[in-house]
Amino acid sequence: MCRIGAIKSKGFIHPSKALTLMRSQQKGHDNSGFAMVMQDLGGRFEDYKELPILSMACTDDGMATAEEILHKEGFIRSMQWSPEINDRPGLNIEPMPNYVFQILQYPKSYKYAPQEEKEQLLVDTRLKIREALEEQEAGYIYSFWPDVITLKEIGDPTDIGEYFGLWEEDEEFTARIITAQCRQNTNYDIVRYAAHPFFLQGYTALANGENTFYEKNMNFQKGLNKGYIGFESDSQCFLYTLHYIHKELGWPLEYFKHTITPLPFDQLEGREDSDVLLRIRSSLAHLEINGPNTIIGVLPDGTVFNTCDAKKLRPVVVGRTDDTVIITSEVTGINEVLPDREWDKDIYTNERETVVVTNDLEVHRWQQ
Amino acid sequence: MATMKVNQISRDDLDWQLDYNTERCTMCGSCVAACPFEAIHAGIEKRRKVVSDHLTPEPKVEFKAIPIIKQTVDTYKYCRGCGICERVCPNSAIKPVRNEDSRFAIKYRGALADPYKRGGRANLSTGERTLDKIRVGRISQMTDPSLDASRHTFDMLAPFGRVLPPGELPINVKDGKLTLDKTMLPPVNWIYPIIIGDMSIGALSWRMWEAMSIATAYLNEEAGIPIRMCSGEGGVPVRLLQSKYLKYTILQIASGHFGWNRIINAMPKMTEDPAGVLIKIGQGAKPGDGGLLQAKKVASHIQEIRGVPKADLLSPPNHQGLYSIEESVQKMFLSFNSAFRFKVPVAIKVAASSTSVSVYNNLLRDPYNIVGGFFLDGISGGTGAANEISLDHTGHPVISKLRDCYNAATHQGKQSQIPLWAAGGMGQNWNLAADAFKSIALGANGIFTGKLMLQLAGCVGNDRGKCNACNTGLCPVGICTQNPTLVKRLDIDKAAENIVNYFLSVDYELKKLLAPIGNSSLPVGRSDCLISEDKAVADRLNIQYAC
Ligand code: SF4
Ligand code: SF4
Repeated sequence: MCRIGAIKSKGFIHPSKALTLMRSQQKGHDNSGFAMVMQDLGGRFEDYKELPILSMACTDDGMATAEEILHKEGFIRSMQWSPEINDRPGLNIEPMPNYVFQILQYPKSYKYAPQEEKEQLLVDTRLKIREALEEQEAGYIYSFWPDVITLKEIGDPTDIGEYFGLWEEDEEFTARIITAQCRQNTNYDIVRYAAHPFFLQGYTALANGENTFYEKNMNFQKGLNKGYIGFESDSQCFLYTLHYIHKELGWPLEYFKHTITPLPFDQLEGREDSDVLLRIRSSLAHLEINGPNTIIGVLPDGTVFNTCDAKKLRPVVVGRTDDTVIITSEVTGINEVLPDREWDKDIYTNERETVVVTNDLEVHRWQQ
Repeated sequence: MATMKVNQISRDDLDWQLDYNTERCTMCGSCVAACPFEAIHAGIEKRRKVVSDHLTPEPKVEFKAIPIIKQTVDTYKYCRGCGICERVCPNSAIKPVRNEDSRFAIKYRGALADPYKRGGRANLSTGERTLDKIRVGRISQMTDPSLDASRHTFDMLAPFGRVLPPGELPINVKDGKLTLDKTMLPPVNWIYPIIIGDMSIGALSWRMWEAMSIATAYLNEEAGIPIRMCSGEGGVPVRLLQSKYLKYTILQIASGHFGWNRIINAMPKMTEDPAGVLIKIGQGAKPGDGGLLQAKKVASHIQEIRGVPKADLLSPPNHQGLYSIEESVQKMFLSFNSAFRFKVPVAIKVAASSTSVSVYNNLLRDPYNIVGGFFLDGISGGTGAANEISLDHTGHPVISKLRDCYNAATHQGKQSQIPLWAAGGMGQNWNLAADAFKSIALGANGIFTGKLMLQLAGCVGNDRGKCNACNTGLCPVGICTQNPTLVKRLDIDKAAENIVNYFLSVDYELKKLLAPIGNSSLPVGRSDCLISEDKAVADRLNIQYAC
């Protein structure tokens, strides 16, 4: 099973917090990987908020391929940063030769292009690079988006932390939102793409559980958007549904819950908005989820939220202080990172609830 | 020496022979009275007996005429093996026995120059069905716990009506909420994923039809199972059209268009909309054939409902005047939609065939967004009357076609936009819930079932040629007849009760299959939960092969 967590903070925080959060929830057998997405970046990335950052793990060939594609598209490199590697014998990690975090400038021709066009260019370029890397078996591209960095690694989380120097707090490598996962999915091969968090166009999702409607979801999603690819993990479906509902259809976030776990028919009957909800249920039946799940999501504007399956079969808890909110699988994680919080204010999201953390760090509880 | 007339029909030509025991028979006459086919009659046999009434043996031969029950040997009046005589005989003196060496099919045609007709459904091969070669193989365990069928709630409803893709819904965002412009929407009703299939009030006796209607109303109003029943072709009693129960009835229009003028006349007086309209283009049991209601069954009330004289009622194989799918959509769907002010879903029923997918694809691209369902009917469905040649030699099993249709929709990202309903032998092995579950996992939104209702009401026929006399108007148990004496044999309340009870167990059994795969709503298209030990079936349906 996965352990997932999200930290949203008023100040910038270092990934060591995310590692600490995850480590304390780790079980004896949980050591197949660690992955994270950092959003709203600080430190050395803070001055480049508008420019897209490429997150990649690849071979030298992969690097050359990606560069060629970026060059062809007209992207110009602004800054490149690679984490300092602390290798020592005995670390349980399967590293790639290169970890690249590159800040790029949009092609000149996009100078006056509307935001939508720029976004589409980023997605298209990422897909192009991904395809080329896959063909060559030369690595993985995780995200290509402004103000976002992604790292996914196979191995023991403690050792991964050591390898990338993530245990050392460092003001240069920080963010206001960090989502992270320990251990990768159970159903398939351990592959890097299968590790949560999943990211697309500013949307992030991660889940603990099993999506038993995976096949239904996947078959439907495949045709909805060319960015809905991969499906290395059944949880990827949640990201695509979130993206589809919120970005493609332009519906408010509350309808994500109505789509994935619609209210039972007898409860719909009496509601004023039953017409809308029944139509959603019929039109988006293939985006419903069944099976035990807790989902954490991040929207492009930085809103973080959590919601669960309709039977509440997976644990999740939200803990907070004035300047930090944490959503994670088990309370031990929060105890470790926020030991002084008022624990009786912890929220155990219920089956019909969406817990939403705004950018002011207000925590709202929406009942479906 | 007697003349031997080999070309005449004889007892050993018949499908069924009566095993009659004179010793046990008391000549009460119950069997003769009960057999609606006059396949037995009272007769006299001359018997030779050697007796002795002396102290010492003094044998003498006596000849006696004794009354017996005799099997009628006739191309019209022949035994159907229905077993009614056996049921009524107080002494177990008589029973029909299947004659493996029957030559009846050839004798009948040779004698009458007429195609052999019968009811029921029996294919040349009634082997194991595809559905029986599929099992539910993905059982939720530790990472995704099974649900508890008794404790958890399950959402077992299916859409009936045209489902629009989300982008086409007339939805707007207002103050952070979605609002809907209802005037722009095709109707969608949420109903139980099993429909009582279309069997007309002419093919069935009014008592059988009433039993099903009562069961439907009870299931809806008392048991909370929103099941729907389709009227079948040929109209509906005006009383029902004007009652509140119409909302549970799907009105059918078939190629004969029987009864529709009465339905249209009743519209101003309708207090409820019907549950839907089903346009029958084809049927699975005898695809390519129209309906056939023989004059014997056109009783006075049928004449009244259908607005016809007492004559053979033949529905043409197609809707006269409609020869293309474009016309069907434009004329029929539009006119039926507009007849009910676009508030009632209008669906189509076709026979499963090699061309079903093309039809479905065509409908999926329908620009009017008004086709509210695709009913796919495979072989093994029941029928009131048909030529045996059609029953045995035409048609297509439903499962692979259902799968193909679902895959075709999936390929276009349009799955469930025109809900798929499949039938043809559902519940043939007495377990409707299992058949429904597997069909749904293969892509159906729901299924429909007909013949099983007859079995629940006491039909004595089976798929191996037992009885199958539904065409004769002489159904021995009052289900498929309008004969006033025979009709009385059907106990309406008991038949309704059996149907209700059966659905109550089906509802529970369906949950018993949803729960272990961890689903609380219908697993439409969740074929990953199915396995087959038959490689060919697994490959064809694209489900996991297990051995
Ligand atoms: S089995 Fe049926 S048809 Fe045959 S003799 Fe008996 S009652 Fe008549
Ligand atoms: S009992 Fe009636 S319904 Fe059943 S097969 Fe015989 S005639 Fe048909």
